[in-house]
Amino acid sequence: MSTENATTQPLLVVEGISKRFRGLKAVDNVSFTVPRGGIVSLIGPNGAGKTTTFNLIAGVYAPDTGRVVLDGIDITGLRPDRACHAGIGRTFQIVKPFAALTVEENVLVGALRRHPNVEAARRESRAILERLGLAEKAAQPAQGLTLPERKRLETARALATGPKILLLDEVMAGLRPVEIDRMVTTFRDLCRETGITILLTEHVMRAVMALSDRIVVLHHGQKICEGPPEQVARDPGVLESYLGHAAAADASTGGTH
Amino acid sequence: MLYANIVVQGLLTGAVYALMALGLSVIFGVIRIVNFAHGEMMVVGMFAAYLIFQATGIDPLFAMPAVAALLFAFGYVLQRGLINRFVGRPDYMQFLLLLGIAIMLTSANLMAFGPDARNVPLDYAFDSYEVGGLLLDKVRVLAASGSLAGAAVLWAFFRFTRTGKAIRACADNHVGAQVVGLDVRRLYAITFGIGAACVGAAGSLMLLLVDVHPYIATDYTLLAFIIVIVGGLGSLAGALLGGLLIGVTEALSGFLIAPSMKSMFSFGLLILILLLRPQGLLGGARR
Amino acid sequence: MTTLPAPAKAAAGLPLRSRIGLGLFVAAMLAAPFFVGDYVLSVLIIVLFSAYLGQAWNIMMGFAGQLSIGHALYVGLGAYASAALFVHFGLPPWIGMLVGVALATLVGSAIGALGFRFGVQGVYFALLTIAFAEFTRVLFDHFDWVGGSGGLFLPVTNRGGNDLVNLRGSPVMFYYLLLAMTLGVLALCRALLRRRIGYYWLAIREDQDAAQAAGIDVFRCKVLAVALSAGLTAVAGVLQAFYNNNLYPETTFATGRSVEIMLAPIIGGLGTLFGPVLGAFALTALGEGLTTLVGRLAESGYGLHLDGLKPFLYGLTLVLIIAMQPTGLWPWLCRLGASLSGRNRRRRAVAGTERRA
Repeated sequence: MSTENATTQPLLVVEGISKRFRGLKAVDNVSFTVPRGGIVSLIGPNGAGKTTTFNLIAGVYAPDTGRVVLDGIDITGLRPDRACHAGIGRTFQIVKPFAALTVEENVLVGALRRHPNVEAARRESRAILERLGLAEKAAQPAQGLTLPERKRLETARALATGPKILLLDEVMAGLRPVEIDRMVTTFRDLCRETGITILLTEHVMRAVMALSDRIVVLHHGQKICEGPPEQVARDPGVLESYLGHAAAADASTGGTH
Repeated sequence: MLYANIVVQGLLTGAVYALMALGLSVIFGVIRIVNFAHGEMMVVGMFAAYLIFQATGIDPLFAMPAVAALLFAFGYVLQRGLINRFVGRPDYMQFLLLLGIAIMLTSANLMAFGPDARNVPLDYAFDSYEVGGLLLDKVRVLAASGSLAGAAVLWAFFRFTRTGKAIRACADNHVGAQVVGLDVRRLYAITFGIGAACVGAAGSLMLLLVDVHPYIATDYTLLAFIIVIVGGLGSLAGALLGGLLIGVTEALSGFLIAPSMKSMFSFGLLILILLLRPQGLLGGARR
Repeated sequence: MTTLPAPAKAAAGLPLRSRIGLGLFVAAMLAAPFFVGDYVLSVLIIVLFSAYLGQAWNIMMGFAGQLSIGHALYVGLGAYASAALFVHFGLPPWIGMLVGVALATLVGSAIGALGFRFGVQGVYFALLTIAFAEFTRVLFDHFDWVGGSGGLFLPVTNRGGNDLVNLRGSPVMFYYLLLAMTLGVLALCRALLRRRIGYYWLAIREDQDAAQAAGIDVFRCKVLAVALSAGLTAVAGVLQAFYNNNLYPETTFATGRSVEIMLAPIIGGLGTLFGPVLGAFALTALGEGLTTLVGRLAESGYGLHLDGLKPFLYGLTLVLIIAMQPTGLWPWLCRLGASLSGRNRRRRAVAGTERRA
């Protein structure tokens, strides 16, 4: 996090988005921003609406209300492929590799967006595989990878599309501590070297604390806190939601930015 | 009055279609297997009823339980022995497997009975009931009654017996059912057997209405799928409704346009439903 | 989603051994009419039709993952369009082909677009394709301009010479045309697989949501696959019409025909480049072998109606292959070849890829 970010426009602006599924308000008037080149984490207990928020930004669902603006362009409700063209690169909570294709081909599919020529796309893919430490496995079928490798492949594929912002959906889930640390280093390096912006949802606090410039906390679909990690960690409303105390309805009205 | 007659005839025939479709709905709805051999199994039932009649003189209406039992055994063994392995596999594989089975069934029928049409000469084939100005063929009324009786038995089975409830649990939640300790493989086999029994029973009744020869099977397979999709997958009431609806539209379009065009309307209806309301008229949100 | 074997990696180029094998095969096929009799030639023509149609169908299913059990519709549209224009207006079949292909492409795109727009997937989509084909069958039964259910007949001129323009001529002429078409469609598929659209199709086949998230316009790509598949299929329809010289809606649009089209690529190896060709040879050989077998049995005089024996054994073979080698014969042969030559660079997870050069 550097001071120059404070003077530039945020890359992603989420304004008052809501989504209702058959009577259940999964996301309720959520607003936050993601600074250019920064790493922001979206956290909250299960069912808080994190993945739905992601899906609203990435275009899987259209929000009932509100706007999503990426780099000055309104991308609200754009189909996922159009959202990708606008600069969204996302991974999925449950990894979705192209199983019958090789590792390199998986990334190639992403790279083809910006490099219609297969050879050029292939070069780009190899570079990205190098960066994510998957280069030796390039010719292997994606099916045969371990879980951490698949997560990395998913990230590589998203990166290959040349996104402005990388949306990582619980990318640390199911990984062992050693693997988590490795992923954290990878993303930190990525951010530092390429200046890419990252928005991630996570349960794994270790990763959240290590990576984030800012944290946004959701609970029951509403934002209850936003700020730097140390501040959020001490916020009473956040502690309530995580420790599940039955009390205080002011948890939903407290903690704002 | 003429239209009323036609509609009622259509309803009666539709009732038999409904029983056939019920079998498919049960199979597709529970095991999620695409049974492209459905019509072929019905034809086997028809030939079975024919043989019983030849051998013992028993009316196909009363042979229905025996034919149903026979087809149940056949379906059970088929599912347990062969089809079960294909349950999780891609659609096109299931389709090909059942297609292969269908081809084998039809050609077995061909080898056993030859290509000529067979029918069952009944004393009352030309009798009719007169009810309030309507003229109802006795054969159709009997066939429809048999069909509704079969449907009622099926409904009671699923509603009141333990096995029936277990099967419904399987359909709703495969993994959950296993966790609770239900022997899913056995239940699937029973389900397929039941589906086969339904279609066999329908075959026995259908013999009252039409002649049988090996090549009518494909049309009935398609018809069964149309009914099940129009009525709504997994919904027994839907299969019933679908069967009646198709029976009526067939009768009406056959009369209004041309008999040879009636299937066109059935397929047209299928297209519309697939596009506009794929869960069918009575189907739930789950596809 | 399904894990179908990925097609032969055209991008890597075929290894030398395969190139030689392919070359020999093509040479043999080119020379065949000089060495084989009329009967075998007619069988080879059936094989080529089957291989071509199978490959065209494979574009939709094997590459884009859309199951169509109604491809006879496109064969019929191509056949009837060109035949009717020839019979009524004397238009040469190559012009009629343009019309037929345009018609089939349009109809195919419409069916695909409708289906995808309304989210019709899997089995439901397959049923949709069946419905359209059957609907058209009954429609044409009542369509008198093309002969209705009585059929449409092309005038057979004397077999003087080979009239390429009007597609009147000897079986040899049709043989070479079909051979060219089959090789052409193979080359086309290989080319497509090396390009972006090929990778996009494979991605869609594997996981639509992930493909979309990677920036792929899934709808457009799928409709393209359907349109291409339909158009290519119609070309074969034209040749069929002019080779057989008669057309009946009952047989042309029948679901049975659609199923026949599917058999070769599935048996041979779905999604692979050479699967459909191999499947065509295997199935035709099987069919002919069974005919001979049944003929011998009939001579020994059994009581059963032996008309049913051939399809019975055919069905049995189908069941056995699906049960034991579901990915098809081509991947199986590739594995055999790999283990026989001792070079086991084959990756275990994927059963169907060609070896890299």
